[in-house]
Amino acid sequence: MLSIENLSAQYGMFQALFSVNLEVGPGEVVALVGANGAGKSTLLRSIVGSVKVPAVAVRLGGKAVGGRSETEQLLDGIALVPEGRRLFASLSVEENLLVSLRNGRPGPWTMVRLLDHVPVLAGLMSRPSTSLSGGQQQLVAIGRALLSNPSYLLCDEVSLGLSPMAVDVVYGLLDSVKREGTAVVLVEQNVRRALASSSRYYCMQKGRVVLEGKSSSADYARVSTAYFGV
Amino acid sequence: MQMAVETLLNGVMLGALYALFGLGLSLSLGIMRMINIAHGDLIVLGAYLTSAAVEATGFSPFFALLLVLPVMFCLGWSMQMFLLNRVVGRSLFAPLLLTFGISIVLQNLLQEMFTADTRSLRAGELALLGVSPAGISIGVLPLLSAVVSVALLGTTHWLIENTHFGRQARAVSDDPETARLVGIRDRQFFATVTGLIFVSIAIAAALYALRTPFSPTAGPERLLYSFESVVLGGLGSIWGTLAGGVIIGTAQVLGAKLSSGLGPFLGHVVFLIALLVRPQGLFGRASA
Repeated sequence: MLSIENLSAQYGMFQALFSVNLEVGPGEVVALVGANGAGKSTLLRSIVGSVKVPAVAVRLGGKAVGGRSETEQLLDGIALVPEGRRLFASLSVEENLLVSLRNGRPGPWTMVRLLDHVPVLAGLMSRPSTSLSGGQQQLVAIGRALLSNPSYLLCDEVSLGLSPMAVDVVYGLLDSVKREGTAVVLVEQNVRRALASSSRYYCMQKGRVVLEGKSSSADYARVSTAYFGV
Repeated sequence: MQMAVETLLNGVMLGALYALFGLGLSLSLGIMRMINIAHGDLIVLGAYLTSAAVEATGFSPFFALLLVLPVMFCLGWSMQMFLLNRVVGRSLFAPLLLTFGISIVLQNLLQEMFTADTRSLRAGELALLGVSPAGISIGVLPLLSAVVSVALLGTTHWLIENTHFGRQARAVSDDPETARLVGIRDRQFFATVTGLIFVSIAIAAALYALRTPFSPTAGPERLLYSFESVVLGGLGSIWGTLAGGVIIGTAQVLGAKLSSGLGPFLGHVVFLIALLVRPQGLFGRASA
């Protein structure tokens, strides 16, 4: 169980999160929706240690793990797919994956396993990561996080800027991640897509969670209202 | 003809050593995005440490160097961990100022500890040995220093291209924030890199001190030659640094042949002309 308790975070004078509470069970898919600037990315970055927060604000299996370094979170099974993919430009596709494989935890995800799930990557391994299409890059970014064998995979805007077909492929990969028993937190702008692929959702607005519930029984109109805050 | 070839060869061998001087600068700029102004003074420090180790143990300079290498690694590791990491990654200027300060402190410390007298490392019989294939005479010592330099540059290049260490180095250079997300502990990693840079500095220092007398104030000039090699070759390219070093070294030896005071001058002239023609350096990318 990954739980966020009473988490507040700020950048300098600007407070980005106001006592946010959120829970993700093992193997669960949770959607996090909200407009730009609602604090979704900040929340994910606080969980993985890129934004410093109090220890008790993030609990993993009951243990207070907030404010630790990214490496410590990674080794305890929390990995982030950052917004905009952020592949290493000087590294080939394979090298991007290898760095994470080597630094992460041992577990079910190996290079062979990943290529089974994403066969399209097999022919691209030696290419520079920047020469790939947006959708392919996103698959590499997700693969890179998976190879560290997380129990909780946090995905920041994985469908942003992709063609509808590429989005389907990316969500296909996330489905297999879910089947492997890895919990996924989906930050999404596309509310329908997010609700369709998750079991529960949280809607954020101006740094606060304003609505939460089961995705299957979510009222799209209410979520939209909460999303835009009008 | 024979003399021209000898001059050229001497220039190339000196240049290979300059490239080794430049290696550390190139790595700290490439991986940590910082310029170490104290680089030249650290070379001089390495020379003094080796010289002190020779005096203390009575070993030959080569064995004494083996004692100095771990000391320099620890020095580099701690300097990065406790001092440089505080300023690295914020702006280019903070490390520049900090290392400028370290440079001044080092020069004065060396003068205090070892006096301002010029010293040199004695290579013994090796300094007198020479080989003469096809009637061209080459000193064994310059040849040895060139071979060691090229071997170290080659090894470094291989490490960067083919190992986990090298992949982490390129990743952290591309994007430190994302590098942390894939489990690279950047601060510890930088400390290790600087430790290794200091090892390369110590080797370069010993080779330099075997050929040239040195004094506590010799650092800035070493820094200048290192810089010229790195910039002329193009930032971020190790073979470029070798090419840059060879060009500067050859120009210096040619200049010294024309008139004894002209050596460094001709090196600088060639550097300036090359920069005017190709501002990005020989192997640099045009946009970078």
